[in-house]
Amino acid sequence: MKVTKLALLLGLTAAVPTLSHAGTLEDVIKEDVLKCGVSTGIPGFSAADSNGEWKGLDVDFCKSVASAVLGDASKVKYFPLTAKERFTALQSGEVDVLARATTWTATRDASLGLNFAGVNYYDGQGFLVSKSLGVNSAKELDGATFCIQAGTTTELNLTDYFKANGMEYKAVTYDTSGQTIDGFKKGRCDAVTSDRSQLAGLRIKLDDPTSAILLPETISKEPLGPVVRQGDDAWFNVIRWTMFATIEAEELGVSSSNVDEMLKSSANPGIKRLLGSSGKTGEDLGLKNDWAYQIVKQVGNYAESYDLNVGKDSPIQIERSLNKLWNDGGIMYPMPIR
Amino acid sequence: MTNKQLPVDGKGLLNNPQHRAIFFQVFALALVVFFAFYFANNMFDNIESRGITTGFSFLDNTAGFGISQTLIPYDDGTSTFMDVFIVGLLNTILVSVLGIIFASIIGLLLGVARLSSNFLISKLALVYIETFRNIPILLQILFWYNVVLAALPGPRQSFAYLDSVFLNNRGLLLPEPIFQSGSGAVLVAFVLAIAAIIYLIRWSRKRHDDTGEEFPIIKVSLAILILAPTLVYFIAGQPITAIYPELKGFNFRGGLTIIPELLALLFALSIYTATYIAEAVRAGIEAVPKGQKEAAKSLGLKDYVILTKVVLPQALRVIIPPVINQFLNLTKNSSLATAIGYPELVTLFSGTTLNQVGQAIEIILMTMAVYLTISILISLLLNWVNAKMAIKGR
Repeated sequence: MKVTKLALLLGLTAAVPTLSHAGTLEDVIKEDVLKCGVSTGIPGFSAADSNGEWKGLDVDFCKSVASAVLGDASKVKYFPLTAKERFTALQSGEVDVLARATTWTATRDASLGLNFAGVNYYDGQGFLVSKSLGVNSAKELDGATFCIQAGTTTELNLTDYFKANGMEYKAVTYDTSGQTIDGFKKGRCDAVTSDRSQLAGLRIKLDDPTSAILLPETISKEPLGPVVRQGDDAWFNVIRWTMFATIEAEELGVSSSNVDEMLKSSANPGIKRLLGSSGKTGEDLGLKNDWAYQIVKQVGNYAESYDLNVGKDSPIQIERSLNKLWNDGGIMYPMPIR
Repeated sequence: MTNKQLPVDGKGLLNNPQHRAIFFQVFALALVVFFAFYFANNMFDNIESRGITTGFSFLDNTAGFGISQTLIPYDDGTSTFMDVFIVGLLNTILVSVLGIIFASIIGLLLGVARLSSNFLISKLALVYIETFRNIPILLQILFWYNVVLAALPGPRQSFAYLDSVFLNNRGLLLPEPIFQSGSGAVLVAFVLAIAAIIYLIRWSRKRHDDTGEEFPIIKVSLAILILAPTLVYFIAGQPITAIYPELKGFNFRGGLTIIPELLALLFALSIYTATYIAEAVRAGIEAVPKGQKEAAKSLGLKDYVILTKVVLPQALRVIIPPVINQFLNLTKNSSLATAIGYPELVTLFSGTTLNQVGQAIEIILMTMAVYLTISILISLLLNWVNAKMAIKGR
C-alpha cells in the first residue's frame, strides 16, 4: 500500500510539466494587460508625473503595444526598473516587453537570451558639466571624476574614450540616474555622463539648469529600442511592427487628429493598408486588422509622441536630428507595411 | 495486502518505531533531494531554451569599466570580471574589518558608560543607544553619506593639513608610502620589535608572579616599537618615501584616497552596530553577581584589578556570543552600500557585473557563497574564542 502510494506521488511530481510559458501574445491577451518594463525615471522617456501617471516616449511605446494588442492604450501595467534589474526582469518573465532606453549591443543580443525589436531612438553618449568648471570640450576632462549609472554601456564607453585619448578619470557608480544627478549636485563628481537625451532630461532637474552645459562631443552610438525574450517570434513581430507602424503613420501623414477622417476618405492605398481597411496585416500578426488604427488613434504617430515628450513641445527640447524620417534627413526608416 | 502479513509484535519494518523513524527520515531526505534536483533541472532547461549563456567562463572576459576604490591593481581596459569579483570582495572585507574594530571600541566604551554612576554620562549613553539602534541602518547610511558630501568642500577648497593631508568631497587624501629596496629591513625590525614585546610581557608577568615587583611594561614596549624600526630606517638610508597628493586640474593626483562612500558607510555601520555591542557589554557586566565584586573588594584588591581579573573574565562569557552575531550582522549590512555606490561585492558583482554579463544565477550564487563563507568563518573563529573563555569544569 505505502509503496504504491509513494510511487504514485513520485510519478505525479515527475509528470508535472516544466514551468514554461505559452506565447507572450496569448498571455497578454488572456491577462488583458501588458506588463511593460520602464525606467525608474528618465524624463522624456519614462517618468511618472505629479499625478503619478507615466509619461514619455517609451511609455507611449508601451501604450502603442497595448492599443495594437488589446485595443486599449490604458491597459498597461508599468514596472519601473533600474538599469541593473531590467534584463533579469525581462528574462524571468516579470515583464512582457522592456521599453527602457536600452542600448542595442551585440553582447546583449547574443548572450542574454533577448532580442532587440528595433530602434525607436538614436542616441549617443555625452557629458554634462558645470559651467563654472570652464570646460568646453570632453578632451579637457583629463583627471575628472564622473557620476555614472551602474550596469550601462555608458560605463564601458567612458573607459574606451579615455583610453583612446590617453586620459585618466575616476568613476563613481550609482544605481539610478536620479542618484547620478544628485551626486553631481552635491559635488561628488565633476561631470555626469550618459546618453545625451537622458542628460538633457536630467539637466532640467537641476536647481538652475543654465548652470550646467552639455559638451559637444558624442562619444558613442546608442541605438535605443524595445527588447523582448528570444524565441517568441510572434511576440517579437508584434513589437517590431508596432514600432514601424508609428513611424509609418508619420511618414504617411496620419496623426491622432486626422486618423478617423483618413480612415473614411483616404484613397491612398498605403494609408488603407496601415489602417486596416485593405489587406490583413493585422491578422497575419495575430492581431485585429485595425491594430495600427488603434495605435494612431489612441497614442499618435512617432512625430506626435516625440514632440510631446522630448521634442519641441516638451521641457527637454531635443532636436530631432538623427531621429527625423529618412526622407527628411534622418535615419528613421519604417519597413513597408503591406 | 502486505499489512496483513506483518507481525504485530513490533518487529516488522514499518511497525517497529525505530525502523519507522529511520524510514521516514530517509524518505523526507529523498523528497528534499528530489525537489532540489527537479527545480534545478527545470531551471537549467528553461535557461537553455531561452538562449541565455550559462557557466562561469564569463569570469575571464574583460570587464572594461572603472571602479572608484581598488585594493589590488586594476586596469579598466584589461582586467577581467574575476578581478572585479576580487576587488569587490576585498572592499567588503575592508569595510567589515574596519567596521568591526570601530564598532567594538565605541560599543565597549558606551556599554561601560551606560553603567557609569555619573548621571550625565549614563543618560547620554542611553540616549545615543536608543536613538541609533532604532533607526534603520539604510537610512543612517544615506544620512551620513549626504552629511559627508554636504559638509565637505570641493577639491579646490579642501581642508589641508601640512600640505600633505587633504579632506574634501572627493575623499580623504593621504600621502602614499613608497617602499624602495631596503625597506624590508624596516619591516623585519618591526616584526622583531613585536616579538620582543611579547617576550617581555611574559617575562614581566612571571617576575610579577614570582617576586611581586612591577615593571613599566607599556612605556618600554612603546619605546621598543618606535625606536627599533626608526633606527633601522635611518641605518638603511631612509628607504621609505611618500608621494604627496597634489591638486592638478579638477582633482588631486597621487597619494592614497579614502573615498567619501567608505567614510560614510564605515561611520554608519560602526555607530549602528556599536549600540548593540554596548547593550551586550552592559548585559555581560550586569550578569556578574554583585557578591563577586564585593568579595574582591573585601580582599583589598584595587578597582582596576577587580575589573580585569574578576569582573571582565566572567562578563566576557556572556558578552561574546551576542557580539559574534553583531559582527556577522555588520558584515552582511555592508551590502547596503549599494545605496551610496561604495564598490563592495554586491554593488560591483551582483550589480554592475550582473548587468554587463546577464548571468543572474551564477553571479548571485557566487555572491551568496561569499557571504556564507565569511559569516561561517567569523562565527567559527569566535566560537573558538568562546570555547577558550568558557568555564572549565574541574
